[in-house]
Amino acid sequence: MTAEPLPEHPDFLWRNPEPRSSYDVIIVGAGGHGLATAYYLAKNHGITNVAVLEKGWLAGGNMARNTTIIRSNYLWDESAAIYEHALKLWERLPEELDYDFLFSQRGVLNLAHTLQDVREGVRRANANRLNGVDAEWLEPDEIAKVCPIVNVSSNTRYPVLGGTFQPRAGIAKHDHVAWALARRADELGVDLIQGCEVTGFLKDGDRVVGVDTNRGRIHAGRVGLAAAGHSSVLAERAGIRLPVQSHPLQALVSELHEPVHPTVVMSNHVHVYVSQAHKGELVMGAGVDSYNGYGQRGSFHVIEQQMAAAVELFPIFARAHVLRTWGGIVDVTPDASPIIGTTPVENLYVNCGWGTGGFKATPAAGWTFAHTLATGEPHPLNAPFALERFSTGALIDEHGAAAVAH
Amino acid sequence: MLLITCPWCGPRDETEYHYGGQAHVPHPENPAELTDEQWAEYVFYRDNAKGPFAERWSHSTGCRRWFNVVRDTVTNEVLAVYRLDEPRPQLPQAGGTR
Repeated sequence: MTAEPLPEHPDFLWRNPEPRSSYDVIIVGAGGHGLATAYYLAKNHGITNVAVLEKGWLAGGNMARNTTIIRSNYLWDESAAIYEHALKLWERLPEELDYDFLFSQRGVLNLAHTLQDVREGVRRANANRLNGVDAEWLEPDEIAKVCPIVNVSSNTRYPVLGGTFQPRAGIAKHDHVAWALARRADELGVDLIQGCEVTGFLKDGDRVVGVDTNRGRIHAGRVGLAAAGHSSVLAERAGIRLPVQSHPLQALVSELHEPVHPTVVMSNHVHVYVSQAHKGELVMGAGVDSYNGYGQRGSFHVIEQQMAAAVELFPIFARAHVLRTWGGIVDVTPDASPIIGTTPVENLYVNCGWGTGGFKATPAAGWTFAHTLATGEPHPLNAPFALERFSTGALIDEHGAAAVAH
Repeated sequence: MLLITCPWCGPRDETEYHYGGQAHVPHPENPAELTDEQWAEYVFYRDNAKGPFAERWSHSTGCRRWFNVVRDTVTNEVLAVYRLDEPRPQLPQAGGTR
């Protein structure tokens, strides 16, 4: 028996360069946000002497673990502005990056199960429309038309009383988003350096001038942190504190099924959100585990509760099986809104606190963080999301108001 | 599912408890004298340790009493459980190799 020779390895999408001794900008964390930041630094600001340092492998943290939902139907003006900017960028990125990462605008339904849910949903849909975000309120019979497999009968523990619908929302293939951004950033001259952990910060007085890593010392004009669940650990190494708490956030998938679920359904009240991936698996998530955790795993009762909620909402799922569960580490702020901006340390900038909702914001996080790193000043879209808001009191309170299971 | 030992009721499943975040955060003695930054520090900033972390739990579906736990936030190993009127136990560098 003769073995076929192995085919040639396909072209690599990016180089794997050795770190140089100095860069204009270092970004810590090669997840979606770090890669998008590098891409927009090069594209929008012409800054290409940039390294993205990643302690693990590219897009192996929350970028590999999220449930891929993209929407912009947030309540407050500041949130609607940045998430809608993200959604508009999503709409043009596949062409701009010349990479079909299966962005599918199949809509998102946020269900209401109580009178308070109904009031909140109607208010949010109206607020969305005033902010130019497509949103509408649907009655149960209209929900059944959008998503026939949702149980809208009154014979359930938490009947569906209505819901908001954002038609332009949807899902995308998360790994491919990261690879598309990485390929283009690399082409523009950015060094993507994997297996490179930042172990400390070089300072000249109160100014950051570089980082120490397990692969040596690297000087930098400016340093931006985009490390999600590990933001506190890095901030501590830089000598500052951040008002974030790291929690496990779990998700799961079923085995593959025929297409049965045409949209994305989220329910804050019974605590589950569900979509069906292109390949056919049902993808589900819920809220964070209550305790702080860095272990990238959570407790099983959280999975059990979201499964119970899913089967109540979608009786057709009763015979599906959990194929795989996993957890990521999300950094949650007191007002459930992100922090993007300057820090008390000169030339050190932070993008963190996205909590459970970072994936959908990937392009806007990159757009605004790149602007902040390039100019030293926040973009109008991220100015309200400054660290200072926790002492000025200008919070952007999206807990429970943003239709998200925090 | 964590298994946590209530100081009064013994080992019970995590689902019987409610989480209370970082332990040993005293209310400021003179809140009116704090700057906005100091008040923000008290209200919004908490340690976010990777490794041993002293935190509060309440046995909310049992005896309903609060107590403190030192837990490793990476391995979830419970390293100590103690009452609110007891000092934080001095532990050797627990949690192993980090």
